[in-house]
Amino acid sequence: MLEVTINGAAHSFAAGTTIGQMLEELELPGEGVAVEVNRNIVPKRSHGEALLGDGDEVEIVTFVGGG
Amino acid sequence: MSQGIETRDREPQEASTDPQDDVLVVGGHRFSSRLLVGTGKYASNEEMNECLEVSGCEVVTVAVRRAHLDDPGKSLAKHLDREKYTLLPNTAGCYTAEDACRYARLGRELLETDLVKLEVLGDEKTLLPDPTATLEATATLVAEGFTVLTYTSDDPIQARHLAEAGAASVMPAGSPIGSGQGILNPNNIRIILETIDTPVIVDAGVGTASDVAIAMELGVEGVLLNSGIALARDPVRMARAMKNALDAGREAYLAGRIERKLYANASSPVEGMVDGTGQS
Repeated sequence: MLEVTINGAAHSFAAGTTIGQMLEELELPGEGVAVEVNRNIVPKRSHGEALLGDGDEVEIVTFVGGG
Repeated sequence: MSQGIETRDREPQEASTDPQDDVLVVGGHRFSSRLLVGTGKYASNEEMNECLEVSGCEVVTVAVRRAHLDDPGKSLAKHLDREKYTLLPNTAGCYTAEDACRYARLGRELLETDLVKLEVLGDEKTLLPDPTATLEATATLVAEGFTVLTYTSDDPIQARHLAEAGAASVMPAGSPIGSGQGILNPNNIRIILETIDTPVIVDAGVGTASDVAIAMELGVEGVLLNSGIALARDPVRMARAMKNALDAGREAYLAGRIERKLYANASSPVEGMVDGTGQS
């Protein structure tokens, strides 16, 4: 198992989970979010290959109302 | 010019005789409206969409924030028509150049855009920009290929620095963010317009329609506002008022106002008055 932090909260995933699979498990559509792992953006085109690592600090952002 | 102040003639950007063709050019982008509208503080997404529609805006600003993993519906992703609007991600809430650049990059990845409304604040109470951090972040993001629209104070020297750093638009606050105080120092806006050729968009402080008209009459290329519409008693009606004010102010600027004079100047002829009337 991989223990990761997503948006400040602890989550567990099976070893070998990709960013794309993580988003699926979280029921987040790839459209409408951006993913940063350990402060590096993981571009959408890499979501299918990029693997989550144990201890990763993940930020998943979207857009909300603002001026 | 008003108040007896001489100013350089700034070539109106892409001025067209038809207001419908009067586009706003920022970097390599062309926008159909000179009004840019924020998406914050509306009572509902339905009300927001109605206001955006009525305002006639093309560019709408959004903030980049953590996704709600338990409630993805809190994202605007499903509530904004990306075909219709150009989304302009902001860096609101950032107090360092580093943080602002991080949010700008997230916004670019999120919305697949090179546009960013750069905001680097110096203080929570005034929400005034930090001038050195703002300049630093502008230069960094320009070097990374962003089209940077930079929120700044109405300081003409800082506006010049930002233009030299490659900002695609310099966006002076008319007055503090959300304050609704209008254009507190029109002379500084005039001097900014004289000093730089970069498009100037008044951002922040707009409280009501006349503030928009005043900004546009000064010759700025556009106005960005949010609270003025979203927090009005009737936001949709205010959105319409803002649009009308923008069109009126732009037209008045292009038309060229008359000089202010101390004494009256009759509009009707003094010749041809009938016998025994008029001033003897």
